[in-house]
Amino acid sequence: MQKKLILDTDLLDITISRLCQELVENHGDFSETVIIGMQSRGILVADIIHKKLEKLTKKDIPLGYLDATFHRDDFRRREIPAKASETKIEFAIEGKHVVLVDDVLFTGRTIRAALDTMIAFGRPKKVELLVLIDRKYTRELPIAADYVGKSVNTLTSQRVLVELEAQGHKQNKIWLINKD
Amino acid sequence: MSKLSQKHLLGIKNITREDIELIFETAENFKEVINRPVKKVPSLRDVTIANVFFENSTRTRLSFELAQKRLSADTINFSASNSSVKKGETLLDTVNNILAMKVDMIVMRHASPGAPHYLAKHIKANIVNAGDGTHEHPTQALLDAFSIREKLGSVAGKKIAIIGDILHSRVALSNIFALQKLGAKVMVCGPPTLLPKFIGQLGVEVELDVRKALQWCDVANVLRIQLERQQIKYFPSLREYSLYYGINKKLLDSLKKQIVIMHPGPINRGVELSSDAADSQHSIILDQVENGVAVRMAVLYLLAGAA
Repeated sequence: MQKKLILDTDLLDITISRLCQELVENHGDFSETVIIGMQSRGILVADIIHKKLEKLTKKDIPLGYLDATFHRDDFRRREIPAKASETKIEFAIEGKHVVLVDDVLFTGRTIRAALDTMIAFGRPKKVELLVLIDRKYTRELPIAADYVGKSVNTLTSQRVLVELEAQGHKQNKIWLINKD
Repeated sequence: MSKLSQKHLLGIKNITREDIELIFETAENFKEVINRPVKKVPSLRDVTIANVFFENSTRTRLSFELAQKRLSADTINFSASNSSVKKGETLLDTVNNILAMKVDMIVMRHASPGAPHYLAKHIKANIVNAGDGTHEHPTQALLDAFSIREKLGSVAGKKIAIIGDILHSRVALSNIFALQKLGAKVMVCGPPTLLPKFIGQLGVEVELDVRKALQWCDVANVLRIQLERQQIKYFPSLREYSLYYGINKKLLDSLKKQIVIMHPGPINRGVELSSDAADSQHSIILDQVENGVAVRMAVLYLLAGAA
């Protein structure tokens, strides 16, 4: 198994700061904006970004978690059903600007399921997608991210491994893994 | 990734503690789903489920049907009272005819203990036992244990007293299996005539005095006297039963601690439980009903997903 470092700790920190600046540029004082992290690892990224944004804007910004398991299109098409995680959206998303946050954008199917799930909570005015890693040329649906940490050329057989301190790792790092 | 160890839910006896915990974790997520503005998810949109009820039911059947609709499954309902069963069709023929219409799952209630187990040997579809005679009622036990876990934080180490007609109760047997698998201490309490002879062999404590049972327990699961299953008289009169085994607010207030009151329904108010006890803040009876839908969604989802 070969491992290649895509983003090291320092670069990842700079990348996340840059993403936050882009968000501030587009969302102003965040009075109409909410952040929603995707289960499971997207919520960790959302936590980091949310913390940074609140520091930058000195405002309380609503943060929620979304699990799209029950809206997936591969139910009964895989051996074992995917395990659901907690959904926690304790604010109204009706009429809001939603920034959906995930760690890796791959086939786009999770995002499709997430958009579907989100409708159960109301009709947002606008939805944007933020991802740390955008895997190019692997999309199976017409879905693109608005804010991208880093675009990476990958093969379908490869895997992107996100290691975050919140998961118990020593440092935040992102790897590309070759499965042999 | 997660999968039940069984293809069917026939009883609590043959599932594992891990199965129960997986069902609970999934049910927690479904409980969040049924409290959303839009209470429906599309998971089971290509699944057809037949609710086959050879015995009367209001709560269980409504709960299953609602769970199926919340999961977007297609459902058909069948009750024996207005069917060809009356004309002499066998159970297997009836079910095979339903399955020939491309049904994926059967939810069945039957008066004969073991009926779903028999069916499981002969058909391919997933089967969920919604009560088989005086044997098991697994989804009721799951929702009871889930409600205790929700109220008290966990089931392990808790003391649960099951009070009433243990002899005729499928809820009692499934509850004993489920609670013991989750590490609770279980006691049964009722008049000696309504306690099965060998109940002690299941590892439960037996108590004849309801006050002592209430004093001992953290949770009292009160059962209905099932007059429809009693061919002989097990106690002199309902009035006398109520006098000795009925639970009321006065009795609860006289205990030195707060206990949780549960009942699987339907309640015979004034017999096993007085209105002031059933409607008191001790009672989680309506939480049980709400949790019933979430737990049944979890069971159907996990069984269908592993198909």
